[in-house]
Amino acid sequence: MTIWSVIGAGVAGLAVASEMVSRGAKVQVYDPGGPPGAHGCSWWAGGMLAPWCEYENAEEPVLRLGKTALDWWTARTQVQRRGTLVVANPRDLPDLRRFARRTQAFADVDQTQIHELEPDLHGFSKGLFFADEAHLDPRQALLDLYRQLQGQGVEFHRKLAPPRLENAIDCRGLHAREVLHDLRGVKGEMLVIRCPDIHLTRPVRLLHPRMPLYIVPRGDGVYMLGATMIESEDSSRITARSMLELLSAAYALNPAFGEAEVLEIGVDLRPAFPDNLPRIRRLGHTIYANGLYRHGYLLAPALARGVADLALENKHSEMVDEDRA
Amino acid sequence: MKTFYSTELPNPLMLGTAQYPSPAILEQAFRESGAGVATVSLRRESGAGQTFWQMIQDLGVLILPNTAGCHTVKEAVTTAQMAREVFDTKWIKLELIGHTDSLQPDVFQLVEAARILTEEGFQVFPYTTDDLIVGERLLAAGCEVLMPWGAPIGSGRGLNNEYALRAMRAEFPDVPLVIDAGIGLPSHASRAMELGYDAVLLNTAVARAGDPPAMARAMMQAIEAGQLAHQADPIEARDMAEASTPVIGKAFLS
Repeated sequence: MTIWSVIGAGVAGLAVASEMVSRGAKVQVYDPGGPPGAHGCSWWAGGMLAPWCEYENAEEPVLRLGKTALDWWTARTQVQRRGTLVVANPRDLPDLRRFARRTQAFADVDQTQIHELEPDLHGFSKGLFFADEAHLDPRQALLDLYRQLQGQGVEFHRKLAPPRLENAIDCRGLHAREVLHDLRGVKGEMLVIRCPDIHLTRPVRLLHPRMPLYIVPRGDGVYMLGATMIESEDSSRITARSMLELLSAAYALNPAFGEAEVLEIGVDLRPAFPDNLPRIRRLGHTIYANGLYRHGYLLAPALARGVADLALENKHSEMVDEDRA
Repeated sequence: MKTFYSTELPNPLMLGTAQYPSPAILEQAFRESGAGVATVSLRRESGAGQTFWQMIQDLGVLILPNTAGCHTVKEAVTTAQMAREVFDTKWIKLELIGHTDSLQPDVFQLVEAARILTEEGFQVFPYTTDDLIVGERLLAAGCEVLMPWGAPIGSGRGLNNEYALRAMRAEFPDVPLVIDAGIGLPSHASRAMELGYDAVLLNTAVARAGDPPAMARAMMQAIEAGQLAHQADPIEARDMAEASTPVIGKAFLS
């Protein structure tokens, strides 16, 4: 029986391994970083499963393929289906109208309804509620996949994959750019804060002219605050400006966030192709799956299905843009 | 057409490169509009945007780096020096922000930075207001182009003060003038060209449109229409009707 070697244990690699195993394939995983952790960019993700909101500034496949992520993840980890609330400061209401024009599957909500949904949000007179969206804890999701795969007999090798592997599936993200020359890094910065005084139960997006700001509850008063989108490949630092903007957004949602404890500062690069959509390429003995951009958890299930289709059934999904087996 | 520091532009559309949904869509917007100049921001993340900057250079158009986001003369000068190295051009669009909410230019620092950069051999494109005296000072500082705002950056309000922009055109008949910022619709861009402006610089109106390549094309068509109309010497508006066919000989008195 063919053994498939998945290289990279981030969200792409683990999702591919999980999908392949669920279809009866035998899989092993290589990652010199070991189990999921801070070395992978998916560790720093928001974990929003928000295809309708993301469609505001993304192409059609993000919506269509992203919708399938909710059930895929629900079968594997805890998914909170509590929707997404989008709000804007009064001066940015034109941005809210624009957001509404570009998206679908939401309800307009007024001040009272916003308050009913999230009693700790103050001062927002208009918003949009995307009831069908969901969120997960990305770190928990990675660890759940990792443990399930171990339980299913998948061997994890804590080392670099040997060269010239047959039946390899390369999910190394930006590390694969030596082969995938059109891959670039898009910098993202995020914060994890703790603020037990504030209770939010679903992701809240604050429309902002310069970046898509959101806050995702992680439970126990812990929140993930993200995320900048900068065309830069310097992942060595967060700038004061970014931190200021992220914290100002939280403060705008509720001034009590001013008392929050800053637990973590995350900076990493999202692997992206020029159209910011994921790609599958078969070059020789290796299938490359990459370019999840800011949609790691949203599009990893579709990417994994596409890889499994190609590897196991030689079927070419829409994400396959090159096949030189 | 006037030249910009001895360079003739292929057409009067300067297009920004920020805020597009993806680099692929950015490229389409340039291809479909035929915009001849790309402005690009150097401010953020010095030295590490190579892949994105390479994509901009691969567009094959003239590059006008800018100092977007700079608030002081020192920052702007440093950013300009970096831009010269990265893009190998003397051109710099000088932006010195004076107000966080309106992104209004700080014209005092602008004049100072323009003087320093001109002395260092830069060819400065200053983002300024429609104030005539500031315009004069910028020219005295060595600028050979002026870029007055139509309205605040990203506001999409069009030409807020048409009277002032007319006065500027009349005051500086031989200086290349570019409307920079505030354009929301093709009709705004067209109007700027009808007033006799030499080019229009815009970004948000295209990048944040639902279909950026289509909006870029619409902008180019409007700009060309406005330019052609200006060259064609439009008629003056008048209060009374003027028949376009002679009325003498018709039984108009019966």
